[in-house]
Amino acid sequence: MQVRSADFKTAAAQKLGDEQLYRALTGLRTRMVGGRAIAIQELDNFEEIREAARAVRDFTLANLDHFLELFERNALASGAHVHWAETGEDVNRIVLDIARETGVRKIIKSKSMLGEESALNEFLEAGGIEVRETDLGEYIIQEARERPSHIIAPAIHRTKEQVADLFAARHGLPRKDDIAQMTHEARAVLRPHFLTADMGISGANFLVAETGTAMIVTNEGNGRMTTTLPPVHVAIAGIEKVLPTLEDVAFILRLLTRSATGQSISNYLSFTTGPKGAEDADGPHQFHIVIVDSGRTRILGSALREALRCIRCGACMNHCPVYQNIGGHPYGWVYPGPIGAVLTPAYVGLEQAGDLPNAATLCNQCGVVCPVKIPLPDLMRKLREEQIERKLRPFSERAALKLWALAASHPALYAPLMRIAARLGRWLGGKAGQIRRLPGNAWTRGRDMPAPRGATFRELYAARAQARTTGELKPAPNKGPRA
Amino acid sequence: MSARERILGRVRDALGRNAPLSAPELAAIEAKMREHPRGPLPKMEWDPLAQFRSRCLALSSTVDEVNVLADVPAAVARYLSANGLPSAGVCWPEFASLDWAGCGLNVEARPPTGADLTGITGVYCALAETGTLMLLSGPATHAATSLLPETHIALVPASRIVRCMEDAWDWLRTERGTLPRQVAFVSGPSRTADIEMTLVLGIHGPYRVHIIILGAL
Repeated sequence: MQVRSADFKTAAAQKLGDEQLYRALTGLRTRMVGGRAIAIQELDNFEEIREAARAVRDFTLANLDHFLELFERNALASGAHVHWAETGEDVNRIVLDIARETGVRKIIKSKSMLGEESALNEFLEAGGIEVRETDLGEYIIQEARERPSHIIAPAIHRTKEQVADLFAARHGLPRKDDIAQMTHEARAVLRPHFLTADMGISGANFLVAETGTAMIVTNEGNGRMTTTLPPVHVAIAGIEKVLPTLEDVAFILRLLTRSATGQSISNYLSFTTGPKGAEDADGPHQFHIVIVDSGRTRILGSALREALRCIRCGACMNHCPVYQNIGGHPYGWVYPGPIGAVLTPAYVGLEQAGDLPNAATLCNQCGVVCPVKIPLPDLMRKLREEQIERKLRPFSERAALKLWALAASHPALYAPLMRIAARLGRWLGGKAGQIRRLPGNAWTRGRDMPAPRGATFRELYAARAQARTTGELKPAPNKGPRA
Repeated sequence: MSARERILGRVRDALGRNAPLSAPELAAIEAKMREHPRGPLPKMEWDPLAQFRSRCLALSSTVDEVNVLADVPAAVARYLSANGLPSAGVCWPEFASLDWAGCGLNVEARPPTGADLTGITGVYCALAETGTLMLLSGPATHAATSLLPETHIALVPASRIVRCMEDAWDWLRTERGTLPRQVAFVSGPSRTADIEMTLVLGIHGPYRVHIIILGAL
């Protein structure tokens, strides 16, 4: 997928003024956040499970070569074909080759984020193959020719009215404004495709090394159909998706579905091992697994390795005050929100990622909710440091930070500067005690800044300490707003 | 050098090793995996049957109970007529010999076409923790029967209700040894919230899941 992260600032500013988007994201701010909070309380040991999940993911990554080879060995033994893709282009070529060899004309797809990374649909369509997304959200954005704005709710940026207009235009049926009716209309439109497709493409939530299994988590049933009905099934998975055992999947699922949608469990978990056996009643004759690097080994060897623990639940974006207001599109690539602010620079290059590492307040909501404890704010800070070191930020910003560092590391300089700033701030704040506009500062464009009260923290602290020793209760030297 | 070798080589470089794991390191990992250590389990201080029933209801499934298999056709007929659903459907071959016709039902033991409205299946086992059905692919267990029809009716012997997924994997290893082509865990009717986070039942899979528990009465 084309990278548009360099336009983050402009796109985010535009989305901030988009009322329809704000309305569309209401459910995310309320139901997604609230649903998770309730669901994790079903577990008396959520934190213990979280820590164990972190440990298993780290252990697997630390021995990734072994677990990939073990996975491959067991997958081959079960009759699956295993392909290795170094890049997104490799993924596209491998899938098209399989399609050509097996005479595929129509493909149904369950969600694959790797397919988004490599723009697989466009590639297959250019190769003359019809591709149907079947996850309702993915279907909506495919029909609208848009990009996903959320990793598990791809069409979350659209209001129901926008979906109703789209369906009326694309389906040629009377416009429906009820969400259940629209959903059932999509079911009726997509059902024939499930029954006539020659190939199903899915992602994989996890690969199980001990059995050679690819497993997916869905709610709609499209995942089961995609992996069962067509004669050929291709599962695409990043190298980091591997887990050692079925027990590991079992306990991490308790975190995944609760963190993602607030569900104790998702409707359908499909564990696929090999193709249809000679006696089996159904299933594809061929099962292919494409194992993809596409930048992951680079992350593995970098200071960002912890990001590879990600199990793609979306909790970090659901809880991010930036994402909650601008949605996923301004992030400009496949993964939005805090995890996108880390993965995008890592996958496509920091020089292409623009403001993404800075697209956060470092409030750490994401770090708190992450089911595998990825320290997202720390990773963003590492990327910010690298941006400065590699001179990828403007000169003025780097110079300002240098000056700040100089002052902050020299107390004799810092104290008088702050005294001046506090007094100047109080003067600027006027009677209201609010600074309306700081020159050159975008922060005050949309809001006032509370003005300093005329004394620095050190002055207040010294006054308190003195009052304590003398026993006198001196009034603090803070004077309040300017009279 | 193949893509496979280049990727594995880059993984090893990234991990600061220039060779595969040593024999003792491998032996340690393999020994641990053979034990199938479980992650930390939540407290499960409930009666499995009661928990299963209440979780099924929470997932918008419906639940009925009968004593013996012979009582199933009457229970199915009752459910279908109470919900105004047609009295025809398909079932897994293992239920072919039940007296469906005697209860006014036209149930055929074959895989469904897109047109069949009710599918009747058994289960491998069921998970009490989450109200989940576990189905295995195989010669006589058509996956489509629980997937294509609008109504899925599942017969769950009370003796096949385990506490959680970890227990189910243990059973599968003991009873079967290997995994079938597909293990499907089904938890209630198909659902989506992809339009404005509003929950709708019945997108691609069944609108309704009705569970008949056998032999617990």
